Amino acid sequence: MPFQKKEFPDKFAALSKEDKVGLLRTMVRIRAFESRVEELFLNRRIPGFVHLYIGEEAIASGVMANLSKNDWITSTHRGHGHAIAKGAQIHRMMAELFGKTTGYCKGKGGSMHIADFSVGMLGANGVVGGGYNIAVGAGMSSMIKKTDQVAVCFFGDGASNRGTFHEAMNIASVWKLPVIFVNENNQWASTTPTSFATSVARIADRAKGYGMEGYTVDGNNVIEVYNAAAALVEAARKGKGPALLECLTYRIKGHYVGDPEKYRTKEEVQKHFTENDPIIRYADWMKGKGLIDDAALATMKAEAEKEVADGEKFAEDSPLPEKEDAYNDLFSFSPSEFPEVVK
Amino acid sequence: MAIITYRDAIRDALKEEMARDEQVYLLGEDIAQFGGSYKTCVGLFEQFGKERVRNTPLSEMAVVGCALGSAMLGKRPVAEIMYVDFTACCMSQIVNEVAKTRYMYAGQVEIPMVIRTQGGAGRASAAQHAQSLEAWFTHVPGLYVVMPSTPYDVKGLLKTAIRDNNPILFIEHKLLYNSKGEVPEQEYTIPLGKADIKRPGKDVTILTWSRCVEFSLGAAKELEKEGIDVEVVDLRSLKPLDEETILSSVEKTGHVVVVHEAVKNSGFGAELVALINEKAFDSLDAPIQRVAGEEVPMPFNPRLEAMAIPDSKKVANAVKKVLSL
Ligand SMILES: Cc1ncc(C[n+]2csc(CCOP(=O)(O)OP(=O)(O)O)c2C)c(N)n1
Repeated sequence: MPFQKKEFPDKFAALSKEDKVGLLRTMVRIRAFESRVEELFLNRRIPGFVHLYIGEEAIASGVMANLSKNDWITSTHRGHGHAIAKGAQIHRMMAELFGKTTGYCKGKGGSMHIADFSVGMLGANGVVGGGYNIAVGAGMSSMIKKTDQVAVCFFGDGASNRGTFHEAMNIASVWKLPVIFVNENNQWASTTPTSFATSVARIADRAKGYGMEGYTVDGNNVIEVYNAAAALVEAARKGKGPALLECLTYRIKGHYVGDPEKYRTKEEVQKHFTENDPIIRYADWMKGKGLIDDAALATMKAEAEKEVADGEKFAEDSPLPEKEDAYNDLFSFSPSEFPEVVK
Repeated sequence: MAIITYRDAIRDALKEEMARDEQVYLLGEDIAQFGGSYKTCVGLFEQFGKERVRNTPLSEMAVVGCALGSAMLGKRPVAEIMYVDFTACCMSQIVNEVAKTRYMYAGQVEIPMVIRTQGGAGRASAAQHAQSLEAWFTHVPGLYVVMPSTPYDVKGLLKTAIRDNNPILFIEHKLLYNSKGEVPEQEYTIPLGKADIKRPGKDVTILTWSRCVEFSLGAAKELEKEGIDVEVVDLRSLKPLDEETILSSVEKTGHVVVVHEAVKNSGFGAELVALINEKAFDSLDAPIQRVAGEEVPMPFNPRLEAMAIPDSKKVANAVKKVLSL
């Protein structure tokens, strides 16, 4: 997939060793979580359906390293990686997947609806293309309140064909909102190849139609993602308005766990995984620079697996909701019902 | 008679109608090589080719709009919206365009199109993938709404829907796809607007449709042991509605329970209650009972989900209540 590269300033170079290692750790933690979730789903421990982020970890990690807890993201049906990178806690995510009361949504949301408002994770969304305009609204609030918070909207290649995308891009541009639209172009929308369903070869090109800057980066190269996001987030913070960042990646797993994947060959998938695993690529680069060695990498993986195992135990041990819990959270206090509270 | 699944009955109906009339074509997300999210179109792409079995981009508005435009010009599109929940993403197309075109333009044009979709809970798919939204559409003049419950019905009704010259929302239920039933080998169709008495009885009338037919028949079986004879009327289509069958059953039994999976508040059941009030009030021996979805978005946890929708036990309780037992 050839694309015109833009050289962004190398902000990554200025990161501390700790922060560089941190990027890897986020990716490793996402991978550990998703790998275990896949097993748990196949073992029927998790109900509903689950979409995995495996192979796309560099995007969430690279983008989120430029955000603080005060910034916001909107996520997708493939949202576990976004949540982890934004600072959501693994044990509460696992509890949510198990449908337990200790989960982020008290077991009422499940995989497609994880949200942690305390870290600016405004929610995964089961409706493809449901997040764009929420991110626009978040950007609007930042503009009105005159803070420097930015909103990042993650979305898939398939999602870029929803009408909501085009409305959001236009409004964000005319209002110069601090919103970064981060496209995760994993080359598939369910069973449909991106090229089949998309009018442009590069989704970033769509930015032009909305008077916005749009760039494409190698989404499996966390350094590239980091540097691009750094530049765009900084510009948005300074009031320079929105941007579109297309991150090229590949959906290593089926659309959902259990997908028979008849629409592509095992060889195609394997090739991407062996040649282009974002974790291996970055870990190798770090090893070359002497930033990490095999022992440290093994320790990092073991720690991530332990964190996931602990999360699983927490989820297992947590109580299931009671029937009455289904009725909670529908409305806030209603003034007519509780006049004394409102006074 | 062959025993086939609801899923295969849908595919057979599509196949037969596509072979019968080359104006019929399919469009929707992931329906071609993959055969649709719920595998209702498997084999059709291979048989009819990419012109007539069209994968679309992830663009619900374009799917429905394209179906409408081509229907106006003589094609007979069958559009698939993967989940009824996502009809919300193309609601203006459906409500403001599809439903109104013929009337607004005073019958200058026919709209022979079907929107196939599926709804309902039971797979822990949570709030945005498990709704029952038929009342949104019955509320709009100009749309027919069909919701079959068995392989026999789904096949016969889909074939009719494709031949009909009106826009039709054809709402399947995700938990029915694997259900099996007898379907004749020879060709047949079922007229729209004809209810089917799935179980005759003399004590109580249950008015229901889609998956709740299963719960109602389950309840009827249990109640039979207690000597209660329940009539289960499967409406099959909500619009056009078979008032005649409904009213004659009500006149026979004098007791009515309405059962649907959609949320009770403003559900189609309320319309049925009103209809009976208006047209058969004197036949009623007791106030009508409703068994329906709880007033909550569908919760993910399977225990809560089960609680939020009807089941046989809830139906049986309502029957006893209407009989003051
Ligand atoms: C409005 C809407 N239409 C269809 C779907 C069903 N669906 C869920 S994910 C998906 C594919 C999404 O593709 P993409 O946006 O590329 O994201 P990816 O799954 O590749 O991460 C589809 C069709 C949906 N959830 N919402």
